[in-house]
Amino acid sequence: MPANRFNGNSDYGVGIGLRVPHYRHIFEKKPVVSWFEIISENFMVDGGLPLKNLDQILERYRVVQHGVSMYFGSAEPLNRDHLKRLKALVKRTHTPWLTDHLCWGSVDGRYSHDLLPIPYTFEAARRAAQKIRQVRDFLEVPIAVENVSSYAEFHVSEMTEWEFLNEVVERADCGILLDVNNIYVSSRNHDFNPYDYLNSVSAERVAQIHIAGHSKFQKYLLDTHDHAVIDPVWGLYARAIERAGPTPTLLEWDDRIPSFNEVHHEALKAKRYFPAELKAAS
Amino acid sequence: MNLAQIQRAVFEVIRQPLTPSQHLRPRLPDGRSTRRIADAIIKPNARLASHERLEIYNQQYWFRILSSFAEDFPGLRGLIGVRRFDKLSVAYLNENPSHTFTLRNIGANLESWLRRHPEFAPGVHRMAIDMVRVEWAEIEAFDGQELPRISKEQLAGLSGDTAFRLQPHLHMLELAYPIDDLLFRVRRAEHSMVSNAVRKSAPRGKVRKASLPRAQKTYLVVYRLQDMVYFKRLTREAFVLLGALGKGKSLGEALQASMPKSPAKVEAFRKRVRAWFENWASLGWLAK
Ligand SMILES: [Fe+2]
Repeated sequence: MPANRFNGNSDYGVGIGLRVPHYRHIFEKKPVVSWFEIISENFMVDGGLPLKNLDQILERYRVVQHGVSMYFGSAEPLNRDHLKRLKALVKRTHTPWLTDHLCWGSVDGRYSHDLLPIPYTFEAARRAAQKIRQVRDFLEVPIAVENVSSYAEFHVSEMTEWEFLNEVVERADCGILLDVNNIYVSSRNHDFNPYDYLNSVSAERVAQIHIAGHSKFQKYLLDTHDHAVIDPVWGLYARAIERAGPTPTLLEWDDRIPSFNEVHHEALKAKRYFPAELKAAS
Repeated sequence: MNLAQIQRAVFEVIRQPLTPSQHLRPRLPDGRSTRRIADAIIKPNARLASHERLEIYNQQYWFRILSSFAEDFPGLRGLIGVRRFDKLSVAYLNENPSHTFTLRNIGANLESWLRRHPEFAPGVHRMAIDMVRVEWAEIEAFDGQELPRISKEQLAGLSGDTAFRLQPHLHMLELAYPIDDLLFRVRRAEHSMVSNAVRKSAPRGKVRKASLPRAQKTYLVVYRLQDMVYFKRLTREAFVLLGALGKGKSLGEALQASMPKSPAKVEAFRKRVRAWFENWASLGWLAK
């Protein structure tokens, strides 16, 4: 896998998200998996079963940390306690890079636990980039930010989402966790061409790619991670690989989770889009 | 509007409880129109008006915190019934938005809130408080810190000056009802419903009034052993002694407080204490 400075120059292949219903299979069958992505917050606890399970995984597998609550886009300052807990976990996992979303979700210390879209303004880009730098300096690990699915747009926006993403990552000098399913969902919700987005992203900054399934409602798509990947999203994935080169890739499946083998099999379809010499590897 | 103002306004709207038909409320508590706020901030598209786009986030916010809260307090739901529980959930979560990065802590204020709101558990208020305390203690015990335990040798060499620490994951609850029994019953009932697979998410029944426990002081310890959370009832005497140790009193001081007055009973008391300590140490409760 092509490595870059945004993913710790690592050569990770196709991984899946570590989920509780799969623990037993993983511990008993010890399947070969290139790497697991963990949700950091699930392991930022003081003790007990979550950490014991994680340690057992770490004995055998490579793990990358993915967060859901850093909220780089929230106007308020970072939470110190949160950062300290996260750093303790980084020391435990030795994650070569760390990801979280380019979104906001908290106001005055109250948490929405959602991934809310940022108004695409220069003010917001400056603020997010500043926070990304602070987090990287504190955690001492490369950071990549993920584009989210969204259902609303703001009147005050001064640029497109992809221009905003580029503005932030260049100001922060950080990586991108490119979620091609999120690009697809947002393109349908906001009536843009997903290839315009994909073709504009700074390809050299892509540290990781997410693939996932979503749900279709009458008037919008919702990012639910409870389905297989649909063909148009594989199409976007193919284009992303064309532009960024084979990149550490991860399938997210968070709800109505099928068996480990089913999820892993779905993830490995990503290899179809790799150059021939890499298909057999990883 | 700057970034902070936009975010505050959007958050105020999406954290408003949904209408009974699960839509965005037309007004904030101060009377302002949510539609107007949405129109001023959010762009519409060809299919959805501004407030309909915000409504998606409003729904997601509530679906997420309600399902997390319901997972944490099945015993309370069984005790007061689904309809009351749904009302209580919205009222509590409306007044107590999450203040930490994790939904694990969403129920942290429930006990103190419920004490001030007996109207949400009519007829079973005290029992409901006990239930919440037990369910919250389970959450705390599950992933609380574990300190190094005292060894058998250390236990053998105890003296009056010895001070212990109790495991941080251990919680001591003085209850007015034997609520642990009721919680087990609710859980069993839920499991049999799920395995029948008829009504997976249909409302679960409420515990019948006739089968509610009678008041009976119960001294319960909630703790973790080998990654599992357990309950253990203690006698009042043992509970008081353990509580004194937990407050940092030395063994001598703690024993002094609970020593029987009559000299004839002292020997039997010493024997009991010895047995308790061996048991507590074997359960990993005592830390250095
Ligand atoms: Fe993602």
